[in-house]
Amino acid sequence: MRVLRVGRHALLVEPGGPEAASALHAELVRRRETGELPPVREIVPAAHTVLIDGLDDPRALAAELAGWEVPPQSAGAGRTVRVPVRYDGPDLAEVAERWGVRPEEVPEIVGGVRFRVAFCGFAPGFGYLTGLPERYRLPRRPTPRTSVPAGSLALAGEYAGVYPRSSPGGWQLIGSTGEVLWDPAREPAALLAPGTEVRFVAADGPAAVRDGAPAAVGDGLR
Amino acid sequence: MSAARASTGVPGPVVRAERPGALTTVQDLGRTGHAHLGVPRSGALDLPAHRLANRLVGNAPEAATLETTVSGAALRVRTPVTAAVTGAPCAVTVDGRPAPWGAPVRLPAGAVLDVGPAAGGLRSYIAFAGGIAAEPVLGSRSADLLSGLGPPPLAAGDELPLGTPHGPPAPVDAVPCPGPPAELVLPVLPGPRHDWFAPDALRSLACARYAVSPASNRIGLRTDGPPLRRSRAGELPSEGMVLGAVQVPPDGRPVVFLADHPVTGGYPVIGVVPEDRLWAAAQAPPGTPLRFVPVSR
Repeated sequence: MRVLRVGRHALLVEPGGPEAASALHAELVRRRETGELPPVREIVPAAHTVLIDGLDDPRALAAELAGWEVPPQSAGAGRTVRVPVRYDGPDLAEVAERWGVRPEEVPEIVGGVRFRVAFCGFAPGFGYLTGLPERYRLPRRPTPRTSVPAGSLALAGEYAGVYPRSSPGGWQLIGSTGEVLWDPAREPAALLAPGTEVRFVAADGPAAVRDGAPAAVGDGLR
Repeated sequence: MSAARASTGVPGPVVRAERPGALTTVQDLGRTGHAHLGVPRSGALDLPAHRLANRLVGNAPEAATLETTVSGAALRVRTPVTAAVTGAPCAVTVDGRPAPWGAPVRLPAGAVLDVGPAAGGLRSYIAFAGGIAAEPVLGSRSADLLSGLGPPPLAAGDELPLGTPHGPPAPVDAVPCPGPPAELVLPVLPGPRHDWFAPDALRSLACARYAVSPASNRIGLRTDGPPLRRSRAGELPSEGMVLGAVQVPPDGRPVVFLADHPVTGGYPVIGVVPEDRLWAAAQAPPGTPLRFVPVSR
């Protein structure tokens, strides 16, 4: 575990890979809840690191971190959210072609993946979902779209993600959901918060457009 | 306006934007504790000025103020209220008559408080007794321009509700009148990714002459100057960013992250400007000479 100082009040921890970063994030959150962690302002998981910001004495925690035993994250340990998806994305045919499958097979492939939200960024409630097998990884589009509709299910590199709101984006769009990804009045505000397990289920019929009311989080699969 | 007031039919105190200015936003101490959901901290860029404005009108530090940019703003109050203007020095008038900057000003019902263009610096802060009572989002009333959280920037005719004043303001002995910085000097604590740069990069950063770029905004203070050379090519996986992080994008020109900075980024951070030295950065107009000074912990 490599621990880097960031300014006067923060540490950037490199525990040695994406899984280790997710596990360390979960452990930090657990220790904060049980009062074993000194007061912090933010715990920010990312691709390979966890940032701990707002520490009074980062040196002390850095020394302590070296002795931590961080349990690996077990499947099913976190909250599971099931997201209904219509496979109607403009890049679906191209993605299927790159994968060497028919477009009708994409829902089954994506539906079979046990995704986990590794971290959020880019926009409030945009979760970077890991779990996609290596052979399904795709490059970003050469030219980003100026506007991707809210609710678009997208793939890029090792990640999947759902756009919480309309924004520019260069990921491959394979489908859409009517779920509300981001609602500040909800707890947590992000449907796909770090640590959440995500399953995409094929939905028939038009994607429901919600009117901003809080979504039933993880319907049926809590 | 609150539902309680609406139900009684009694109009609550509001301010109306007669002249919204180039960019006037509602700001408070920011939105902390939600970075893991992709939510920036936001909050007043010049926090000491925000706190002082609140203190001058008897508000708690967390009350929301208005942050103006370059051109000030003019606001009409419906009911009598005390206001104060701090931050960038500027001409203040009430219904056209000169009023003090950096002191409580009593506004009669219907009066227009005009906060003139910044005479030095960039951002003035306007506090009203009771604070701007816009709807909080995740515990803060700050407008976050990157994420679009909080109240949108003020537009002409917009009305913002005010909270209930707490009582007489605490006396303030001295109000610092910040002059425009002739040169912005930012200390930099090296790391966490200074090892991604050429060995002499920190020295180059210290010796080079930079200037504040006109492309600066609430997200970051962008710089014009010589590019910093990287020693490691390739992409850095996304990682968490702190306020004051000096990130170096592929063009090599450092960006100092301010309140609306993204919570993660994929370019290496060569160093971090301590928070208590960022307030000056919030007031440095484009073209201001800028020097980075690497310091140790």
